[in-house]
Amino acid sequence: MSAAKSSPIEVSTPEGVQLPIFMDNHSTTAVDLRVVHAMLPFFTNHYGNAASRNHSFGWTAEAAVENARGQIAALLGGDGKEIVFTSGATEANNLAIKGAASFLKKQGNHIITVETEHKSVLDTCKRLQREGFEVTYLTPAKDGLVTPEQIVAAMTDKTILVSVMLANNEIGVVQPVEAIGAAIKARNPKCLFHTDAVQGAGKIPFDVEKAKVDLASVTAHKMYGPKGIGALWVRRKPRVRIDPIIDGGGHERGMRSGTLPVPLIVGFGKAAELAKAEMADEAERLERLRTRLLKGITAKLSETYINGSMEHRLPGNLNISFAFVEGESLLMALKDVAVSSGSACTSASLEPSYVLRALGVGDELAHTSIRFGLGRFNTEAEVDFVIDVVTKSVERLRTLSPLWEMHQDGIDLNSIQWTPH
Amino acid sequence: MAYSEKVLDHYENPRNVGTFRDDNVDTSELGTGLVGAPACGDVMRLEIRVKDGMIADAKFKTFGCGSAIASSSLATEMIKGMTLDQAAQISNTTIVEELNLPPVKIHCSVLAEDAIKAAIEDYKKKHAK
Ligand SMILES: Cc1ncc(COP(=O)(O)O)c(C=O)c1O
Repeated sequence: MSAAKSSPIEVSTPEGVQLPIFMDNHSTTAVDLRVVHAMLPFFTNHYGNAASRNHSFGWTAEAAVENARGQIAALLGGDGKEIVFTSGATEANNLAIKGAASFLKKQGNHIITVETEHKSVLDTCKRLQREGFEVTYLTPAKDGLVTPEQIVAAMTDKTILVSVMLANNEIGVVQPVEAIGAAIKARNPKCLFHTDAVQGAGKIPFDVEKAKVDLASVTAHKMYGPKGIGALWVRRKPRVRIDPIIDGGGHERGMRSGTLPVPLIVGFGKAAELAKAEMADEAERLERLRTRLLKGITAKLSETYINGSMEHRLPGNLNISFAFVEGESLLMALKDVAVSSGSACTSASLEPSYVLRALGVGDELAHTSIRFGLGRFNTEAEVDFVIDVVTKSVERLRTLSPLWEMHQDGIDLNSIQWTPH
Repeated sequence: MAYSEKVLDHYENPRNVGTFRDDNVDTSELGTGLVGAPACGDVMRLEIRVKDGMIADAKFKTFGCGSAIASSSLATEMIKGMTLDQAAQISNTTIVEELNLPPVKIHCSVLAEDAIKAAIEDYKKKHAK
C-alpha cells in the first residue's frame, strides 16, 4: 500500500495494481503477448515478400498471409479470399466509401450514413459531397440508435451505399446491423451496405452473412493486435466491385496495391483467432467489471448521467457525464488512469464531442463526459482503484465548482444570463 | 499535453477557494464577477472584498479545465492588496507568463481577466450614487 504523492485527495493503491492503469481500450489496445510471439519469426526468419512467387521465402510469407486471411474471415463469418489488407480502418473506410462511390457513380449519387460515425467515414463522405455526391446524415435517437425504418425512409432510387457502424467508439452503442442489412436489401438489393466494424469485431457476435453487409472495415490494434494493419472485407458472392484508391502493383486483387506487411498481418490473424475463441468469456467478464465500475461510481456520486443506450452497448464501454465537473480537469485528477473525455478542451477542434451532440446531450454535459474503455488486461482491483479515484476527484472538483454550489442552492442554471466566449 | 509545474501546483492546491457568503461579511464590501458559460466548458466566479479602496481579500470557484482553475487561483493571489485601479490594469498576458500557458489555453487567462474586471464593476455599481 502506498499513498499517491502530492495529490490533493487520499487514495491508496491496492496490492497488485500497477500505475498507470490503461482504461482507454477504444483508442487502442496492448498487443497480446501471444500475438507478439506469433509475429516475431516473420521479422527475422521468414521475411520474404508474399508476392515473390519463385522462392521459398516468398512461399512461406504467402502461406502465412493466407492463413491470417482465414483467421480474420472466420471472425467475420466470411471467406479468406474476401479480405483486402489495408493500413488500418481509416484506410478501409476510405476505400469502402470512395471505392464504392467511384465504381457506382453511373448507378446513383446518394449515400446514407449516421452523424455518430467515426471521422474516417464522415470526412470521407464530406469529400464526396464536394465531388457532387449527395449524403444524408441520419440523426440517431437519444440512446444513440438508428432504426432500419429511418434508413429505408432515407433511401431513394439514387442511393448506392449505406454506411452504418457496428459499435460506436465513444459511447459503445451497438447498432442493429442485422435488421438494417435486411431492410436495405429488401428495399433495393443493389444498394451496398458498409459497416465500420472496428469496435465491435472480436467483442460481440457479428456475422457478415447475417447482417447482409457487402463491405466491412476492421483494424488489428483495437483487438490486441499491432497498429498499422487493417482490412476491408469485400463480398465475393454476389461479387461486390469497388475502385481502388491506391494504384500500383495490383496486390489484393487490384483493390489495394503495396507490399503486404507480413509480420503485421500474421499478428492481425492471431489476434482475430484469439478474439473469436475468447469472445464469450471475455464479454461476460468485461460486463461484470463494467457493472462494478458503474455501481461503484453511482453509489457514491449523484448527478451522473450515462450517455447512450445501456442495453445495446459494448460490454467494456462506459460513458458518463459528471455534471458540474469539466472533463479535462477530471482527466488531470485521474493522472494515473488513462481514460478520455468528450470535453472540448481535450479535442483539437475545441468543440465538445460531436457524437454526444448528435444524441442531443447538451454541451454543458458533453464537457463533463468521461469514456471508460475496459479491456482484456483490466482487473477487478484496477476497477476498484478507479472507482476510488474518480469519486474522490469528482467530489473535490465539485467543491471548486460554482455550478455545483448553485445547483446545491437550488438555482436553475438555465435561468442565468451566461457570457459565452 | 503536459502541464507546467505552476498550473499543477495551483490545480492541486488552489488558493482562496470559496465564497464570502459563508463568512457573514458585510455584503456592501463585496463585488462578484461571474463569467463564462457552462456550455463553453468554463465558468469562473471571483469575489472581492474591498476595504478603503483596496482589495482586502478574494475568493473564487471555477468550473473548467486545470488551466482555468489555475488562472483563477492565481488571479485571487495577484489582486489581494491591490487598489481597484491596479487590479483593473491586470492583463491576461501576465497570467499567461506566470503560468506558462500554451496558446490553446490563453482563453483561460482571458476569462480570469474578465472575472477580475467584472467583480470590480459589480462592486462599483453597488457604490455608484
Ligand atoms: C469506429 C472506428 N473506426 C475507424 C477507426 C480508425 O481505425 P485506424 O486507427 O485503424 O485507422 C477507429 C479508431 O480510431 C474507430 O474507433
